[in-house]
Amino acid sequence: MRHNTYSRGLPGLALATVVMLCAALTLAFFYAPLDANQGFLQKIFYIHVPLAIIALCGFVFGAVMAIMYLRTGDRKWDMRSYVAIHMALIFGIAGLISGSIWAKASWGHWWVWQEPTLVSYLIVLLLFATYQPLRFSIEDPERQSLYASVFAIVAGAFVPLNFIAVRLATEYVHPRVLNLEGGNLPGPMKLTFYVALIGFALLYVTLWKFEMSAKHARAQVRRLRRTLLGDDAGRPYGRSAAPL
Amino acid sequence: MTTAPAIELRGLSRYFGERTALRDVSLTVPPGTTLAVLGRNGAGKSTLLRILASLLRPHSGDVEVFGEPLPRRAFAVRAKVGLLSHEPLLYRELTARENLDYHARLHRVAAGRVDEVLDAVEFQRRADDPVRTLSRGMVQRVAVCRAVLHQPALLLLDEPRANLDPAASALVEPLIGRPSGATRVLTSHDPQAALAEADMVLALKDGRIAYAGEPAGFSDIRLRELYA
Amino acid sequence: MRTAWVVLRKDLRVESRTLETLPAMILLALVTFVIFHFGLNRDTISGQEAAGVLTVALLFAAMLGINRLFVAEREQGGFDAFLLAPVDRSAMMVAKAAGLFIYLTVLEVIAVPAFGLFLLGPSLGRPLPGLVLVLVLTNIAFATIGTLVSGIAVNTRARDLIGPMIGLPLLVPALIGTARALGPLLAAGHATTSPPLKWLAILALYDLVFALLAYALFDFLLEE
Repeated sequence: MRHNTYSRGLPGLALATVVMLCAALTLAFFYAPLDANQGFLQKIFYIHVPLAIIALCGFVFGAVMAIMYLRTGDRKWDMRSYVAIHMALIFGIAGLISGSIWAKASWGHWWVWQEPTLVSYLIVLLLFATYQPLRFSIEDPERQSLYASVFAIVAGAFVPLNFIAVRLATEYVHPRVLNLEGGNLPGPMKLTFYVALIGFALLYVTLWKFEMSAKHARAQVRRLRRTLLGDDAGRPYGRSAAPL
Repeated sequence: MTTAPAIELRGLSRYFGERTALRDVSLTVPPGTTLAVLGRNGAGKSTLLRILASLLRPHSGDVEVFGEPLPRRAFAVRAKVGLLSHEPLLYRELTARENLDYHARLHRVAAGRVDEVLDAVEFQRRADDPVRTLSRGMVQRVAVCRAVLHQPALLLLDEPRANLDPAASALVEPLIGRPSGATRVLTSHDPQAALAEADMVLALKDGRIAYAGEPAGFSDIRLRELYA
Repeated sequence: MRTAWVVLRKDLRVESRTLETLPAMILLALVTFVIFHFGLNRDTISGQEAAGVLTVALLFAAMLGINRLFVAEREQGGFDAFLLAPVDRSAMMVAKAAGLFIYLTVLEVIAVPAFGLFLLGPSLGRPLPGLVLVLVLTNIAFATIGTLVSGIAVNTRARDLIGPMIGLPLLVPALIGTARALGPLLAAGHATTSPPLKWLAILALYDLVFALLAYALFDFLLEE
């Protein structure tokens, strides 16, 4: 089977992902201790936090790809940026939902304003949710890539500023449950957490490569058709948010 | 002494998404020439003009205007090129004089030049009325003023005679016609009129060159084929 | 920056002829105050509540200004006219942001006293210098993000929707900063007359980062 740049190594990567995620789930259910205060629902933490971290990294990754596009003008960077961001958004929404479940476990409510990370995270998601509608509303593909890249860079710069502002604005009525930097997690929890983090990171990379590979192949097919059959072969692309 | 050609195109291509507007266009235009660009709607005429005006970037190939490559030397090119497009590029709420003043400042043109061009097209009387009160013919006259304000060596004229009656047409002739001495690229929906004025003809069909050369060699048959 | 001044002068001249944007902004702010009076069912408000209402009213008015910022250029060929000239393209960004800043300042000169008159409990006199300082920083934020977002939105299909859709989340840190900085200033009893330093710092940092980014990226919005 012939591989393009994206699909090379994909089967191995997919396998590693499955292994890690299974390991993470096993550890979460059977190894990590039950939290005294929050009970079983606390275990959603091992899903929520990795998802959130990977999503934010994905947004930053997308912003870096966008910078490369503006610097080189090569459309493949824009494709990479697009896939990175929309994949990160999916992870992000999953992270938000799991975060809500975790909030229920910690505070008894499905949403709390007291957890600044959760709040800033919501704002970041609201911002990046506008990425695809923005792309879709620009018909000219060149311009779409340009504007989307500008947006991705601005939004990427926005993420840290937003976290700082929200963190400052939130009074700590409840003690913070999670301290990501120091990690006041006991040993077994820490291990489970890192395994989960690696598992989700691998999942992101695998899915990114998979989607890039599919889009790349599709673009190649269209190029071949046009070369062989002339410029008007094939239906023209309808308006789409994805780069051609 | 060899002077650089006014326009030099080598393998110029430009796409809009999957649609190819210009494909592999090569051409050399000596200074002082009048080039007529013919073709159906969508053949690539306006795209070519906009690339020469540095408003669009070429996607492949080389473009040089008076020896300056685009888009790298776009800054230098803009001072030498004047574009007259379908839109007059005038603000409707400002007067003709204020509009020209704005363009004069952007192009760093001397103060007296605005009056000079207004005099040339005999437009002083209504120069202080807002553009939205002017008729289309008057607007076109002011647009011509705008295009030649900075005395460009290359004039890109997209349907220059549109909306102009014979009197007005005669007025703008010294500014944008052959007497101006500039190299001119013009498009027109009236191919016969364009052919009559031209030293060189470029015929475009679906973005490709269908004919490039002397007007005499461009027979009626080819003309009909072009618009078929 | 001579070019920026030329463009700004032109914009101010057009606005003075049409009076499209500024009166609408002022009216919207005033109407918002009325709505809040009924919505909150209060005769006077103070403190953090007042800060929130004022911030929201300014935000609504700013959104109007932002939506209109590039429309004339788009519809009357102003972009082409500018792009044909041998000028630095970022100058347009500076000109538009400066214009928006000026509109917001004029708006506040009218709306803030009106707010003091209609809705605010404590008097505006003593906290006024602090208020001005905060609003200057806020206006810079609105002007910078507004110009960037408007520049993106003007070439899309759903022009009036895209602007606020992108702009509002981006403005959140600045809005937080504004509201929290104004809160203590508008509190009853005049406990403080100088705005809390940390919020001024946040606003200033926000302004700096996005002004630099917008200036660097604006060129790409004009390219084709």
